[in-house]
Amino acid sequence: MNTFFEQFPIVFNALNVGFLQTMKLFAVTLLGAIPLGLLICFGSMSRFKPLSSVVRTIVWVVRGSPLMIQLLIVYYFPGLVLKTAIWGGGEHGRFIAASIAFILNYACYFSEIYRGGIQGVPHGQQEAGQVLGLSRRQIFFKITLLQMIKRIVPPMSNEIITLVKDTSLARIIALQEIIWAGQAFMKGSQGISGQIWPLFFTAVYYLVFSGILTILFSKLEKKLSYFKV
Amino acid sequence: MALLRVEDIRKKFGKNEVLKGISFSLEKGEVLAIIGSSGSGKTTLLRCLNFLETPEQGRIFVGDEELFDGEANEKMSDEQIRVKRLHFGLVFQNFNLFPQYNILQNVTLAPSLLKIDTPQNIEAHARELIEKVGLTEKAAQYPCELSGGQQQRVAIARALAMRPDILCFDEPTSALDPELTGEVLKAIKGLKSGDSTMIVVTHEMEFAKNVADRVIFMADGVIEEEGTPADVFDHPKSEKTRAFLQNSLENF
Repeated sequence: MNTFFEQFPIVFNALNVGFLQTMKLFAVTLLGAIPLGLLICFGSMSRFKPLSSVVRTIVWVVRGSPLMIQLLIVYYFPGLVLKTAIWGGGEHGRFIAASIAFILNYACYFSEIYRGGIQGVPHGQQEAGQVLGLSRRQIFFKITLLQMIKRIVPPMSNEIITLVKDTSLARIIALQEIIWAGQAFMKGSQGISGQIWPLFFTAVYYLVFSGILTILFSKLEKKLSYFKV
Repeated sequence: MALLRVEDIRKKFGKNEVLKGISFSLEKGEVLAIIGSSGSGKTTLLRCLNFLETPEQGRIFVGDEELFDGEANEKMSDEQIRVKRLHFGLVFQNFNLFPQYNILQNVTLAPSLLKIDTPQNIEAHARELIEKVGLTEKAAQYPCELSGGQQQRVAIARALAMRPDILCFDEPTSALDPELTGEVLKAIKGLKSGDSTMIVVTHEMEFAKNVADRVIFMADGVIEEEGTPADVFDHPKSEKTRAFLQNSLENF
């Protein structure tokens, strides 16, 4: 299999399988980090000092250290240090470990974006709700929330597009995502070896996917443009 | 019997005493203008009436109901405060309309959430109020599409939708371009014929003079002078009032 045209279908299939795993990690991270981020945000804004200082310390540690190290710690620490390999050795175990590291890491970033969004809504909005006799709950859900969402769309889209590419860090624990799949053709797989173009070609997948996300986010922004905050 | 009775309200921010014992009363249908220089405590007084600030001392009555007693030991719950503040409406200096709702929705939001009437009646009442402030054709537009003066008129309609006993205005024209203040003042004046009871904190001396039934001049957290517009503007007794009016009405 020497010609590019012979190699391409094989590589394309393998990269698709890898990209599916990439997408799975991406989706699970969002599903976990978006709500967890809100909890962390409320924790860091809490008027109960011990809670807010603990939460802020966690956010500092998570944002202040490399995601790659966090992945390695989550994956290897239980097995190598505690001698209980809770994740198991297979792809399933690697996926769970990667998901936990990604969700925690991204939730911390999201929480700060949320905090900015909530604090950016003018205090007068809350007071206007109060003098009309609305409850705190009604004020948050009927007045503050949508204004906060509108404010956080641009920074969130930024962070989410970064996440698309950060999933490649899971390669470090041998999660079989698209980088792993592309690299396999360097050492040899399915009769193809010594080829670096499949690894380079993975960039096209990221590029297309982040392009689609960019379009979706600008649609959402347009949808929310009927009002100004 | 007075509709509103305020007795010896005192409020501090840290060590700074902003209200040093304010007492006054207001009859139903009266328009009270509160004037005074910045930092004299006018806005804080309105915010105390609307439970946005809690005074350290004093009592507030509406009719024969005691709304607030600084001597009371237990703190009022959010729920209690919510019921009590419905006696008052407040129009803010910078409108604070809800940007994601159109004009009609801004007016109906609170009555609908608090279910004070049937949805049909709430909407009918809201449309009536919007017509009263002259914005019928803007009902489906959003706040960002309106001028400042129009936004402030919506804010007035929104406050009236909860049918408050007393409507308070906190410098309603201070955030407006000079050519827009007239329409807002006219709208407020228009309410007077509808015998609403109003408290207007204002820097518009002409308005206070011509529309108010009674004027209070505040300085340094106390009521320095109180009376009919003729008393306060034409025959001020206090030296501070005289100085303030002279500076305010000075012709260039």
